[in-house]
Amino acid sequence: MTRWTSRDVRSLMVGLAYLLPSLVLFAAFVFIPLGRTAYLSLFNTRSTGAITTFAGLDHYLELLTSPTFHQGILATALFVIYTVPLSIALGLVLAAMLNQRLRGINVFRTMMASTIAVSAAVGALIWLLMFNPSLGLLNYLLSRVGIPGPDWLIQPATAIVAVSITTIWLSLGTNIIVLLAGLQGVPEEIYEAARLDGARGVRMFRQITVPMVSPSLFFLLVVDTIAVLQTFTQIHLLTRGGPVDATRVLVYGIYLDAFQNFQFGFASAQAVVLFVLVMTLTVIQFRFVERRVHYQ
Amino acid sequence: MRRRFGIRTLATYGLLAAGSIVVAFPLLLAVSYSLMTESQIATFPPPVVPVGATLDNFASVLATIPIGRYLLNSFVVSTAVVVGQLVTASLAAYAFSFLVFRGRTLLFFLFLSTLMIPWEATIIPNYITIRAIGWLDTYQGLAVPFMATAFGTFLLRQAFLQIPRELWDSARIDGASSLRFFLSMVVPLSRPALGTVAIYGFLSTYNQYFWPLLITNETLMRTTQVGIAQLRFEETLRWGLVMAGVVMVATPTLALLVLGQRQLIRGLTAGAVKG
Repeated sequence: MTRWTSRDVRSLMVGLAYLLPSLVLFAAFVFIPLGRTAYLSLFNTRSTGAITTFAGLDHYLELLTSPTFHQGILATALFVIYTVPLSIALGLVLAAMLNQRLRGINVFRTMMASTIAVSAAVGALIWLLMFNPSLGLLNYLLSRVGIPGPDWLIQPATAIVAVSITTIWLSLGTNIIVLLAGLQGVPEEIYEAARLDGARGVRMFRQITVPMVSPSLFFLLVVDTIAVLQTFTQIHLLTRGGPVDATRVLVYGIYLDAFQNFQFGFASAQAVVLFVLVMTLTVIQFRFVERRVHYQ
Repeated sequence: MRRRFGIRTLATYGLLAAGSIVVAFPLLLAVSYSLMTESQIATFPPPVVPVGATLDNFASVLATIPIGRYLLNSFVVSTAVVVGQLVTASLAAYAFSFLVFRGRTLLFFLFLSTLMIPWEATIIPNYITIRAIGWLDTYQGLAVPFMATAFGTFLLRQAFLQIPRELWDSARIDGASSLRFFLSMVVPLSRPALGTVAIYGFLSTYNQYFWPLLITNETLMRTTQVGIAQLRFEETLRWGLVMAGVVMVATPTLALLVLGQRQLIRGLTAGAVKG
């Protein structure tokens, strides 16, 4: 460490002056609250949120044994597994379709990307109607192909599927746009060369397209997983965490325990778990991007 | 040869049209249902196209909930967030691109680290804070927590780094202050990137649900998303009414998508390429 000259100090002060508005807001609404979440997780609270007694690691130990929390983790895992791969795969197929130079292609791009602008509340309300067993179109269409449609939101096994379908649809727009940009970055010569080697259709897609957009695929894998981990709205409007906790994902558990059961300490312990999960995923992504840039 | 080309093109268009309709189908259906009477909605098989379209559902929405007020609330809050984000993020991005000072890299990483902290992990203390300072049911409670953005700062920094260094050098020689250079050169030259940040900030704030649900109790302070969700919890669920509400609430964001598609795409892909 070299010594700080008065010029160093002065330029730091100027820099900090520009950063100050952001830093104040981040401190007030991100960093300090994160610390307070961790702190609260070690205490018992009154229903107002006021701290009563020290709990140590009790809330965390309770998480280890709580069947409700275990069910929540299971629901979260299922939710991620049902949603993320399918949403990315569908996005890739549609993006490949859109990656053509055609007159009027922008109309199709806008239509397929439209869910970018659709809020989770709007999407959930529309799908609530689709899943309706008597009025909804989904079960009618299923019955036409001879499949008896389930009572989607009433049965635990299908409720999580219904929430996943809604989420896949909502995330499709973003995935299409990101993958389309990835596809457009692939040099035309690579396709030319592959075509000369006789690659066509599905083989071209599997052996050229997919590997070439793998950075975008990886980016979406992480970003979509994080987004799914943070899902609240669809659950609140479709299932409210039920039936029998089948859709009580991590964030919904935080909501129920903090704002319905008023156990702020216990809910904060779950919030810490959420933070650790998201942080781990983000670090993995940063590492990956760094390496990729490094070897390029 | 020419004919085969024609058929192939036609098939491509057919496929694209089919895909687009499937993806946009739920939205199209919402529009269609918003124009149907409740009795038509209840017929079997489920109808897709309205018979004799009616605007009654829209009138019912206006009579059932103060949707105009909800829209106003959402616009006020989203605009406030956009203005706040543009100010805080452009100032910070300027420091991270043009100014040289010790600890700059460290501070930049501090900004980036906020990206790995999910809002839901801090929502309990934030709720307690907002309640403690009496900001429940206020615009400032809805807007202020979101007025700083690491993603926006990052995006603007990328744009600012494209501005030729010589401009800065000559401005300094001419004796312009760093704030003056920022306002007279950097901001005007970065309008597209500022547009991206603005559209993002607006969309994400307008579409919020969890936070406004938590901190608003008064009917007149609700935002659009929380407001229309209320229709779902009415005693008798009237689907035409709900879908009319959905259409009214989604129209501004869909319009924004059509108008600002280029900015939106730039924002999304910046994230993908740079991580």
